[in-house]
Parts: sequence; structure tokens; C-alpha cells
Amino acid sequence: MSVTNAREELLLPAEETLTVIRQLAERIREGIDPPEKRVVVVGIRRGGAVVARLLRDTLASLLGRELPIGFLDITFYRDDLRTIGPNPVVGATDLTMQIDNRCIILVDDVLFTGRTIRAALNALFDYGRPESVRLAVLVDRGGRQLPIQPDFAGRVVEAGNRESIKLVERERGEWVVVRRRLAE
Amino acid sequence: MSGFLWIRGARVVDPANGLDATADLLVGDGIIREVGRCDAPLGCPVLDADGLVLAPGLVDMHVHLREPGFEYKETIAGGTRAAAAGGVTTVAAMPNTRPVNDDPSVTGYILQKARSEGWVNVAPIGAVTRGLEGRELTEMGLQIRAGCVAFSDDGRPVADSGLMRRALEYASTFGALIIQHAEDPALAGHGCMHEGVISSRLGLPGLPSEAESVMVDRDLRLVALTGGRYHVAHISTGQAVEAVGRARAMGLSVSCEVAPHHFALTDEAVLGYDTDAKMSPPLRGHEERHALLEGLARGIITVIATDHAPHDPDSKRVEFCQASNGVVGLETLLPVSLELVRDGVMGLSACLAAMTVAPARLLGLNRGALTPGMPADLLLFDLDAPWVVDAARLHGTSRNTCFHGRRVRGRVKKTFVAGRLVHDDDG
Amino acid sequence: MGTHLWNRKHLLGMADLSREEIHAILEAAASLREVNRRDIKKVPTLRGKTVINLFYENSTRTRTSFELAGKRMSADVINMSVASSSVKKGETLYDTLATLQAMNPDLVVIRHPESGAQEFLARHLDASLVNAGDGRHEHPTQALLDLLTIHDNLPLLEQEDFSSLIVAVCGDSLHSRVARSIALGLKTLGAEVRFVGPPGLLPFRAEEAFGVRVFHRLEQGLEGAHVVMALRLQLERMSVGFIPSVREYFAFWGLTKARLAVAAPNAIVMHPGPINRGVEIASEVADDRERSVILDQVANGLAVRMAVMYRLCGVGGGR
Repeated sequence: MSVTNAREELLLPAEETLTVIRQLAERIREGIDPPEKRVVVVGIRRGGAVVARLLRDTLASLLGRELPIGFLDITFYRDDLRTIGPNPVVGATDLTMQIDNRCIILVDDVLFTGRTIRAALNALFDYGRPESVRLAVLVDRGGRQLPIQPDFAGRVVEAGNRESIKLVERERGEWVVVRRRLAE
Repeated sequence: MSGFLWIRGARVVDPANGLDATADLLVGDGIIREVGRCDAPLGCPVLDADGLVLAPGLVDMHVHLREPGFEYKETIAGGTRAAAAGGVTTVAAMPNTRPVNDDPSVTGYILQKARSEGWVNVAPIGAVTRGLEGRELTEMGLQIRAGCVAFSDDGRPVADSGLMRRALEYASTFGALIIQHAEDPALAGHGCMHEGVISSRLGLPGLPSEAESVMVDRDLRLVALTGGRYHVAHISTGQAVEAVGRARAMGLSVSCEVAPHHFALTDEAVLGYDTDAKMSPPLRGHEERHALLEGLARGIITVIATDHAPHDPDSKRVEFCQASNGVVGLETLLPVSLELVRDGVMGLSACLAAMTVAPARLLGLNRGALTPGMPADLLLFDLDAPWVVDAARLHGTSRNTCFHGRRVRGRVKKTFVAGRLVHDDDG
Repeated sequence: MGTHLWNRKHLLGMADLSREEIHAILEAAASLREVNRRDIKKVPTLRGKTVINLFYENSTRTRTSFELAGKRMSADVINMSVASSSVKKGETLYDTLATLQAMNPDLVVIRHPESGAQEFLARHLDASLVNAGDGRHEHPTQALLDLLTIHDNLPLLEQEDFSSLIVAVCGDSLHSRVARSIALGLKTLGAEVRFVGPPGLLPFRAEEAFGVRVFHRLEQGLEGAHVVMALRLQLERMSVGFIPSVREYFAFWGLTKARLAVAAPNAIVMHPGPINRGVEIASEVADDRERSVILDQVANGLAVRMAVMYRLCGVGGGR
């Protein structure tokens, strides 16, 4: 593992991010039942949307066809309106397909407290009644505050409360995962 | 030696007698005895006034004392207490009380109250028309006999041209002064601030400068017709100042006064919908303010008067257009006017003249000068002492000042009325 | 996408808002429109928050829009209507303030017939405050919904942003809080704004006050305009001598298809509603689905009000 600067550590270089996503895709293909038309990939904005797109592309080459994909913006479902401050960036939810009776693969980049997933589940159910929801994450960093666990985790890492694990774009289309120590 | 006071070493500024020099002043039994290098009687109390300015007590010819009828806004006792704190020893009381001072009995009541409860001299102004209704003239002769010093429907204009002509004609019989609140009602409309860029931005109905100047233009023609004595209250526009200047040049008996808020502030004070910046006439724009300064500098405006208008909090703590018009001014009159001296608009003597001898002469009062034999109405002040206006520390019943928080210089130290100390800043 | 500077507790007018703040609202509103199209038209964002709609003027449209906006954000919404006549007789604004405080709301939406009433209340109220129209001063949520509507139509108007846009605001801008707010908002975003109308119905020195261009003849004011906004003419203006008659007004300042010919090719027509057909706008224009975006304005109004509530509560309205 290379250290990029005093505060930042590269957890997943770009090529490894893709490897982890390929491994995730393979396990998802085995895990989804039935692997037919009813599966929908839903990414949580903003990092989860990136992972969801990469995952969908990899699954397409494995399955030989493209799964429908949608995106959730959970800004209006968060439980921390006051504490996140006045300036969250608001993205758009894009779920044009029916999700009733579908098997949803809910995708996020980093799983931490579980609050984002809680919000995403609430949001999802405002769009319909899926048959099942599975959770796929690129990195599970532990530290859960809610009874939520991933069905598919690309990597499990130990991270302290004063660290952030983030998916960031290094070059165009090159995604890496970094660990940053937050200032005291 | 009771009844005597020797004020020693002050800078004595007496515009009426053209005096501005270090001198002493001797008071005896409420009368000015000597000014200059005085020899005090043996045992006479001495007031060392070194470093202070000694001037005639100020004469404010435009004050609303609110009594009778609006004692919850101000009383004769409270208003004259504020006057004393502001160095004002004579106030002319406007007649828009309840009942209106349109009758000798009301004038008598005010004078009696002033004698028993007042801190300074009160000179009542009678109404031009009964009930300020603009229809019938009051008994001006009897009012003068009862103690009125001038006539005005202030708060409202005498709008009817025919009636104004008759008022000027009739008052001239007695040599009485008509003081006009010059505002054309139709042009003023529902305006509640000066019509300008700020009123447009705030979305408040504007009151154009022409509402004043149109009325002044009309009145001046009537003065030329009748030969009456005419005074424009709280002049606020360049157009009206020009008109008064022309009339004076023609030899008409015309004068005007300006209020400190009009020459010190502009309509920008209304931003934020501050109801303490709401008065009639309204605070005008920069151009008008400069025209007023010019009018003072050129001697067209000869009087500074406060239009002291106390209001209770409930009259001001409302939507801007609903708020009552008016601000208090007695306690800020001197320091705000001294800004004129500091800004080079006029000299100290001219500035004090506009608050002493000039209004006293217009009202026919034996006040406003330091001439031996005159009542010892005196003001001692520190010309440069800096202080910050604080509404909470004003002496009157109401505190609706538009100068709250203003840094000013010039502080009243002592005020005497007929030789009696009525305000002592140190005491 | 970027970070936005939204630190305001109150939305009192467009005069205060920066370009970034306007975009912070528009961006959230664009996202919230999606909520209004789904089966379950509700997000839990303002759950447990109390919103009071305090209307001193009748306005079913605006009040309903705010009410629905609050409900779709899961807030508890209470409507208080106060007839102006009873205000004159009874409770002062200051007393109302005390009553409001006691109810401990998080957000208060106020419409009031007097300019500046909201600034007075904002100085004393703990809750966040949204100005839903004060006298002839400001009506910021109307301006924001207009800006969102114009923003949506920029591609149609072949504009990349607001910087070369020409907007003609036509009619009685003197008495119009809508005209003031939209002019201020558009100027902040860089557009050219024109006030078009008879001289007596324009704000005093409007050029200086709002940075707009002033035209008295409709034909001249419409020339090359991308957006034509007709203002409602309050019919009571006639009786006090601002204009002689409806017939005269429509003949010279009514928005007709023929007059629109000089505007930009794809020019859109807007109106804050409710419309006086045959007074400020002809039916052929109001109902022209090619040009008129009046119904989009209504839909955008809901989303914009949701976005405003979201941004204000995020800052910590209430306690």
C-alpha cells in the first residue's frame, strides 16, 4: 500500500477497485435467484451511483445482457437535517422503472453507520414494493449504528472514528478508495 | 448673597450681541446683570466654567408636548424635563393636543400646567382653525391675549387656499405669525416616506418633494397678496428653500425652520422599515439634504427646530405605514446641530443664533440673548465632549429617537431657566 | 454541483439572495419535482416540524401551494387566516407575534398587505420566516418559481444561462411585489430586465432602483424579449385614476398574439396568476400551449416552496 501523503492512504488503487467490483459481480450473479428479468440495480448517490454503474457494466458482460439501473438521492430522507449543515448538495432520484415485485440490488460505495442505507430503504419503499432488497457495498468499514449488514461486501476494512474512507476519482474514470485521517 | 451666581471664565457666545469671547456672567434674582469682566458681589456663589461654552438657553419653536389628551405619549412635565436636558429653555408647544389648543381656555390650561410642573418656559402656539379641521378660523386675538405666540395647524396643512388667505390677513391684524405644515394633501396621497429610489425598493408609497414645494409656492403668493407673516415649519426640500429665498429677497415677511433629522439624515435611515425614522415631512434624499445645508449656509433657513414628537411604543411597534409620524429631538438638538459647525456649514455663532435669537424674535419672546436685564435662561455646554445617543437614557416619557446609536460631540453640562439650575449633567 | 452558501434563517426577499443562494434553492426544487410526480408524493424531511401559514390577505392559490409543500415534506401545517378588517380593529402585529411564539413553530409563512411586515416579525420571532408576499415589496417564492420555469426553458430559448436573456415584465409594476422580486432575482443572475407599462404604473425611478430598462410602449418593450411576463392588473386601480378604463388599458398594454410578434422567436409567456383575461392578457396568448408556461409556473411553485422550507429548516429554524 502506497502512502500518498501524511494524512492519506490509498486503500484500493484504480485497477484493484475494478477487481473488487468484478468479484462482487460474480458473487451477485451466483447469489441472485432467479437471475432473470426481475433484478434491478439501484445506486445511492453519489458514490454508490458510480459503483452501481461499474457493477452493472460488469454484470452485463457476465450475464450477456444489461440489467435496468436506477439512482436514489436520499437527501430528503436523511435523519440529520440539522447536523449536516445548511448546504448539502441535492442530486436527483432517477427511478423510472417499476420496482414492484422486483429484486433490488442496492449499491453503495462505503458502508459505515448504516444510516444512509436506512434512508435509502425508506426512499425506495416510497417508489413501490420490491420483492427483495440486497445490499452490495464496495467497502465495509464497520462502525454500524443500526442493525444493517451487507449481503455482498467487496472489502472489509477496519477504520477508526477519526478516519474517513472515500471513493474518489483520480483520473478520468479511474476510481480509487482512500483512507484519510481527519484533523483533530 | 442668595439669588446671585457668578459664572466665570466661559467662552461666551451670544449671537444677538455679536459676542464670542472669554467672559464672566453675573446672574442676580433670575436676571442677567452683567456680561464681561464682572466684579461679583461679596459671597456670591461662583461657577467656574473654564473650557465650557456659555450661550443663551435654546429656544425650540416646534415641540409637541402632547398634553392635554395624550399624556401616555408625553406630558408638559416630561417634555420640559427633556428640554432642560437638551439645553432648551423655551419650547413653543404645538396645538394638536386633545382638545386642540384652539381656545383661550386650553392655552390657559397649558400655561398653568407649565408654571406648576414645567422645567422650562412654555410658549403655546394656537390652532389656525378650530379643531385643526381647516374650516373656521380660531379667535386669534383672544388666543394671543391668553398667551399664544403664533398660530399653526401643524400635523396638517391649511390646505384650503381661500382659508389660508383669510388666516394670513386676519393674523396680520395682530402681527401674528402663521406657521404652515406645508404639504399638498392630494400630492402626498397615502405616501409614508420620501418618494425616491428607496421607497421604490421598499415598496412603500412615496411622498414627492413637490407635495411640500407646491404648497409653499401657493402660500408665498398669498403672503404677497396679504402682507402676512409666514413661516414654513420643518422645511425639507430644496425647491421650498429656493422659494423662501426668493420671497425673502422680495422683502416678504417669510421665514423657515429645519429639523436636525432632515439636515442630518436621509431616507436611507428607513431601510429595514425602522418606524423611528418615520415622520412628516419624511426624511428626504441626498440632494434635498444638501439643499437644506446650502439653505442654512446661505441664511435662507434661519431657524433650527426639532419638531419633537413623542410617541408611545404601541404607536411605533407596528407596520411601517401604520406607524405614527414623528421623532423626539430635544435632547439631540444641540449635538446634531453642532455637526453643522464641525462640517463647516456655518459658524458656531450662526448655528446658535438659529436656536436662540432667531426663533425668539419670530415669536416675539424676550429670550434667546445674554443682554443684561433679560431673564437668565442659560446653557453651559462642552463643545467637543463625545457621547453616544442612547434612547434608553433620554429624559422624556417617549424614546422614539432616530439618532439612537449615533456618535455625537457637544454635551449639555448645565441648563438654567431664569437663573434656576434645571439640568445638571454632573449632578 | 458545488457547495452552496445557504445560511439564512429567513427568506424575506430576493434583494438579499446571492447567485449561489438562488441556485441552492433551484437545485433542490428541481430534485423535489420528482417527488410530486410519484405515487407516494411525500418525503420525511420535515417530520415533526410545525409550519404555520399566516395569511393576512386572501390567497387560496399561494396558501394552498405552501400548505401542500409543507405536507409533502411531512411537516405539520396549520393555516391561520386573519381578515385584514379584524386586524385593524383588534390584534396588532406585535400581539400576533406573541401568540405565534407561544405555539413554538419551526417555520412561519406570512402574507401581509403592508410592505415590511415580515421584517418586523423576523426581528422578534425565533422561528424561520418565509415571506409569502408583503404589500408591494417582495414575493420571493414567486420569483424563485419564475426563475426555475425560465431556467427550464433556457434550451428552448437557445440560451446557455441567464446572462444574455431579455425579460419583459409588463403591466402594473408599481403595485407589484412580483415585479420587484423577479427583477431583483433576474438582475442577480445577470439578465436584462425591462419594466413595460404606462408611466403612472411604474415604480419611481425604476431604472436606478432596480437596474431595469423602462418602456412605456408595449411594442418597444417586447422587442427581442425571450420571456414576456404579464402582471395582474388590480381592477381597483381604475377607480383611483391610475388608468382610465379596462378597454383603454387592453388596447395599449394588453398582451396579444399580434404584439408578441416582435418578441424573440420562441419567446415564452408567463403570468403569476390569477389571470384577468382580456385585461392584461388575451386568451389566445394565455392558452397558447406553444408559448404559455403558466401551468408550469404553478407546478414549479410547489417544488420551490418545498425547497425553501428544506433549506430554511436545514439552517435550524426554530430551536
